[in-house]
Amino acid sequence: MKKWKYALFLCGLVVYFTFSESSSAFAMHIMEGFLPVGWVIFWWLAFLPFLIIGMRSLIRITREHPELKLLIALSGAFTFVLSALKIPSVTGSSSHPTGVGLGAVLFGPWTMVVMGSIVLLFQALLLAHGGLTTLGANAMSMAVAGPLVAYGIYRFGKKWNISRRWTIFFAAFFSDLATYVVTSLQLALAFPDATGGIFASFVKFAGIFAITQIPLAITEGLLTVVVWNFLSTYSSRELTQLERGV
Amino acid sequence: MKRSLFLLVFAVLLVVAPLLFIHHSDFGGTDDQAEKTIQVIAPHYKPWAQTIFEPPGGEVETLLFSVQAAVGAGIIGYIIGVYKGRANQRDEAK
Repeated sequence: MKKWKYALFLCGLVVYFTFSESSSAFAMHIMEGFLPVGWVIFWWLAFLPFLIIGMRSLIRITREHPELKLLIALSGAFTFVLSALKIPSVTGSSSHPTGVGLGAVLFGPWTMVVMGSIVLLFQALLLAHGGLTTLGANAMSMAVAGPLVAYGIYRFGKKWNISRRWTIFFAAFFSDLATYVVTSLQLALAFPDATGGIFASFVKFAGIFAITQIPLAITEGLLTVVVWNFLSTYSSRELTQLERGV
Repeated sequence: MKRSLFLLVFAVLLVVAPLLFIHHSDFGGTDDQAEKTIQVIAPHYKPWAQTIFEPPGGEVETLLFSVQAAVGAGIIGYIIGVYKGRANQRDEAK
C-alpha cells in the first residue's frame, strides 16, 4: 500500500473516532430466557439441519484427510480465543469478535458450524453468556450466518482475483458484522416495536450496535490475516491442498 | 513477518483508541444493554429460563474467560510451532 493510502486511512479513523457518539449499544449473544418459547423452538429447528451437515462434513474431512486435523483444531482454537476477548469499542461498551471467518475460509462454512456451536455451548454452560434456550438462535447467527458470509466473500474474492490477504480480511470483517446483524434481526422479530413494528425494532437493535461492532470487526479481520500469514509461510502445503478442495 | 507485526500493532491501536477517546464509561457488555432495550420495547416480558450455572462474581467470570482464551492461544501456538518445525525440517532436508 502506498503512503498516501495509509494517511487517508488514518484520517478516516480519526474522523470516525471523533464523531461516533458515545451511546449505549448491544450485540453479542442473546441472553438465556430472552427469546419467547415459539422463537426458541423455531431457531432450534432451523439450526439442527445445519448442525447435522456440519458434523457430517467434519467427520468426512477428518476421515479422508487426517493430516488436516491440526488445521481444524487451529481454526477452532482461534474462535475460542477471539470470542473470549471482550473488546472495548468506540460506543463506550464492549463486545467480542467471533473468529469463525478463518475456519470458514479454510474448510468451507460447514465445519465452522460445529466449532462455533461448541464455543457457544461452553459460554452458555460455564460463563452464563448466551444460554441453552437461545443456543439455537445464537448458533444461527454466529455459527451459520457468520461462516456462510465469510465463505461467500472468499469465493467472490477468488473468482475476481482480489488479493488473497484483502479477501481474507473482508471475509472475517463481514462474517463478524453478519453475526450481529442476524442477532438484531432475531431480537427484532421476537420484540417488534409497538408502533413501528419489526423494522423499527431492527433499526433500534442494529443501528447502534453496528458502530460498536465495526472496530471489532476490523480487529478480527487483522488478526485473521496475521494467522493466515503464518499459515501461508509455514504450512503452504496444507493450504494448497485445501485450495484444490477437500 | 514485518507485515504481520504491523497488522498486530494496528489491531492493538484499535482496541486502545476507545479507551483514550472515551471517558465516563465503564465499557459494559453490550448484551446487558440488550436486556434493557428489550425491557423498553416489551416492558411486560419476563425471561422464562435461567442460566443453569452463573459464575459467582466478576472475578470467577474473568478467570473462566481467561481460561478460554489461554486454552485457545496455547493450541494456536502449539500448532503454529508444529508447522514451523515441519517447514524447517523440509528446508534442512533439501
